Amino acid sequence: MDIPELHPRLESVLHEGWQGFRGEVWKRQIAVREFIRANHRPHFGDAAFLQGPSARTRRLWEAVAGLLRQERERGGVLAVSTETGSGITSHAPGYIRREDEVIVGLQTDAPLKRAIFPQGGLRMVEQSLAEYGFAPVPETIRNIFEHYRKSHNEGVFDVYDPEILACRRSGVITGLPDAYGRGRIIGDYRRVALYGVDALIAERRSLKGDTDGAEFTESVIREREEIAEQVKALEELKIMALAYGFDISKPAATAREAVQWLYFAYLGAAKEANGAATGIGRITAFLDIYIERDLRAGLISEAEAQELVDQLIIKCRIIRYLRTRDFDALYSGDPTWVTLSLAGMGTEGRPLVSKTCFRVLQSLYNLGLSPEPNLTILWSTRLPEGFKRFAAQVAIDTSAVQFENDDVMRPQEVGGVPLGDDYAIACCVSAMRVGRQMQFFGARANLAKALLYAINGGVDELTGVRVMPGLTPIKGDVLDYDEVMTRFGQVQDWLAGVYVRALNAIHYMHDKYAPERLMMALHDRDVLRTMAMGIAGLSIAADSLSAIRHARVKPVRNASGVAVDFEIEGDYPAYGNNDDAADRIAVELAEGFMARLRRHRFYRNAVPTQSVLTITSNVVYGKKTGATPCGRPAGQPFSPGANPTNGRDRNGWIAAGFSVAKIPYAAAQDGISWTASSTPGSLGKTPEERIVNLARCIDGFCNAKGFHINVNVLDRDTLLTAMEHPEEYPQLTIRVSGYAVNFIRLTREQQLDVIARTFHASC
Amino acid sequence: MPAADPEGARTGYVHSYETGGAVDGPGVRFVLFMNGCQMRCQYCHNPDTWKEKAGRLQTVAQTAADIGKYAPFLQVAGGLTISGGEPLLQAGFVGALARRVKAEHGLHVALDTNGAFAGRLPDRWFDPVDLVLLDLKHIDPGRHQALTATPLAPVLESAQRLARMGMPLWIRYVLVPGWTDDETHVERMADFVAHLPTVERVEVLPFHNMAAYKWEALAGSRYALADTPSPSREREAWVRARFAARGLETA
Ligand code: SF4
Repeated sequence: MDIPELHPRLESVLHEGWQGFRGEVWKRQIAVREFIRANHRPHFGDAAFLQGPSARTRRLWEAVAGLLRQERERGGVLAVSTETGSGITSHAPGYIRREDEVIVGLQTDAPLKRAIFPQGGLRMVEQSLAEYGFAPVPETIRNIFEHYRKSHNEGVFDVYDPEILACRRSGVITGLPDAYGRGRIIGDYRRVALYGVDALIAERRSLKGDTDGAEFTESVIREREEIAEQVKALEELKIMALAYGFDISKPAATAREAVQWLYFAYLGAAKEANGAATGIGRITAFLDIYIERDLRAGLISEAEAQELVDQLIIKCRIIRYLRTRDFDALYSGDPTWVTLSLAGMGTEGRPLVSKTCFRVLQSLYNLGLSPEPNLTILWSTRLPEGFKRFAAQVAIDTSAVQFENDDVMRPQEVGGVPLGDDYAIACCVSAMRVGRQMQFFGARANLAKALLYAINGGVDELTGVRVMPGLTPIKGDVLDYDEVMTRFGQVQDWLAGVYVRALNAIHYMHDKYAPERLMMALHDRDVLRTMAMGIAGLSIAADSLSAIRHARVKPVRNASGVAVDFEIEGDYPAYGNNDDAADRIAVELAEGFMARLRRHRFYRNAVPTQSVLTITSNVVYGKKTGATPCGRPAGQPFSPGANPTNGRDRNGWIAAGFSVAKIPYAAAQDGISWTASSTPGSLGKTPEERIVNLARCIDGFCNAKGFHINVNVLDRDTLLTAMEHPEEYPQLTIRVSGYAVNFIRLTREQQLDVIARTFHASC
Repeated sequence: MPAADPEGARTGYVHSYETGGAVDGPGVRFVLFMNGCQMRCQYCHNPDTWKEKAGRLQTVAQTAADIGKYAPFLQVAGGLTISGGEPLLQAGFVGALARRVKAEHGLHVALDTNGAFAGRLPDRWFDPVDLVLLDLKHIDPGRHQALTATPLAPVLESAQRLARMGMPLWIRYVLVPGWTDDETHVERMADFVAHLPTVERVEVLPFHNMAAYKWEALAGSRYALADTPSPSREREAWVRARFAARGLETA
């Protein structure tokens, strides 16, 4: 067994918190998954047991809703705590409405008041404060970071080389976490509830003891220092909880305590680290065990169980970070990616669906819609029907949940170990075994732009500046596929190298100057690290290559010989139509870039992975990229993630999904994102039919090895927007009474009629 | 595949296909639109499929392979719907295709037809078909002739024959104000349908003129219903109720 033994003393501390729980392994070792395995009871039924919001929840949410409104009115940031840098114990306790809060704890002393994280970079803090109209940081803090303490950002820029800086500036590599926290690390917050902080401290101390007297190599010294810091972070966590009146040194004894302990652990981590994505993990089966125990003992009612969940969700909805406008341009909408992963199957074939999965989804009805927490349903074709139906219903009603293929992930080996049944998603599509695996988040390289570099000899098409040295431009009137491919290969070789250098530097400095002590305290010592790189512009690059191969593409060059536009004669097969002629190109691109990344050496021996994901950065990527050989004009947004280019997928959304599903997960272990949109009417005629059909669609897509599906069941507002901005919805097809019409080609009256009809049934 | 594959080599004119529709049969369907139709319904929403020898000339093997690419999805999510136009105009091709798709992928196969030609086909032909979506246009022979430019009798005979065969039926009835929404004819249609024992549901589809742009692109045809309004929701509900009153399931 590679699970480290607990400190021997722990065994004698058989707490009341564990009463009635089955299993032995998890009592001797930190092994939350074993605890779940021994105690989880799947729920095979439907959603009939669910309860509405309690009076307290309702009042609390009303208060939060008011604050959210004020936040919007003030331009996006309600308040900032500038006087002190964020840390686990930095702020006095804060409350929303103390008398109504069943679960307590805020990032600062007031709701939606954002903290600052100068250890990430003082410059970004000052920039954000200025941009949102807040007073600058006090002299004392500035003094510390100007004279005594170095930041992550400073460290990174100390070591960057000219090529990295040039790639960063041109946007061929964008979104690097060198000016914001890397995030995407999920502490196993459940450990705090199950074991209490004291046992975790004991475990850390015993781990440190393992190298007492060992040769103090660089890695041993680093490990010892990290463990020492982790112990301090755990001590601070206890202090933070004590300030709220809770002693979390011992295991949680009730459901309420379990939720509270777990949330405190998450909160402490969120206060310490300014992560771009701060997921809470896979917590429903775990919490359900506590809730069920209390329900059986008559200590709480179903309404109170729901209240616990709703109140935890409220807390997740108000996690805030102070960001720069640049960050917002990249990832619009002030996201925090408090990703919460639900459901999935156990490796022995038992569904990890519990009533608490239902309760979490129910929060969308009890509290209304919200993008956070990012509810992620780990889908298996073997999930119980009752859950499938409820999940599909929620997706249709809210468009606020996403689905990821558990059947693909469970057996997938990352770094030689299967993901198994206790992984969670960080951010959007990044799977990691909770507490056993973490990632070094690495944004993405722009493959479409890299292709233009191949054509233009390494000169940027927008600025005319040379970014890649030593390459000559392609001459000739018509682009030759083989020639372009050879050059493109050279550009990718070079780009992969620059990219890996940048990431190694970033994560070295992040570990050094902005370590996530608490998150890592809630991991095993021998954690598997991945270097999670990514690609953007996949569909553009694939279509461009397809155009060069199957049609005649003539570059239009400016006075300095840079191709700034392309003329295309003839047709070409486009990615997204389930046509191998084009889809193969996309697959080869993804596999090819991954193979190039693998040739490099990674900081802390991280295992390289990549994602095909852009979130909303597809717009910025598009803006920073000139016209491409596929016919896309300069500046036009890319399609998001692995989606086909807007308007080029002509065979319907299932064909598009099949094209996306061809990209093998093994070549993109950090996830492949696909967003599908549908109108409620096209999913079926009655609400009942829509639910059944959507559940079948997800089953079908998963059966076809698709990885991720972001389901948009377009609402009325979307169609209204499409009427005003038809250019954004070129392919919006609606099905009315058994046949298809192109929405934007209808007259205004017809569109209004469709809107009236389509939504009549669902209103 | 055997070296000689006469079935697979059969060709047919395919107008287009669509993936992801959920309103042409149970679940989510691969909808194959065949070319050609002998009717000329005034409300036709796919007049672009009328021409018989247009679209892509494809073999059964090719078409089945195209559909087969979606098999893992369709097996779980729905199936294949062969529509048009009127698919039975190319019954040889369509029958071979249905047999092949059934044999190779075990998909649920639905046939969306106006019914006029079903009577000419042997029972065997329908073996791979799980469901017929039968479009009944009008119950009065004169009005049927005026609306579709074809006689009514063969349609009704096919309907009865399919029912006798035990073929599950979904009846589709397009509601056109001034044409198909009057009480007498709706009642008579509902009576007729109620006497078909294999009807599983009746879909009352409200007319709308959204296919105008397709008609405009079509030389030599006039879209007589360009200015006809859609039926009111009340009327739609009333017509459904007429069918429902006879114990029929209306979607
Ligand atoms: S039967 Fe169908 S395809 Fe043929 S004319 Fe009538 S509505 Fe159009």
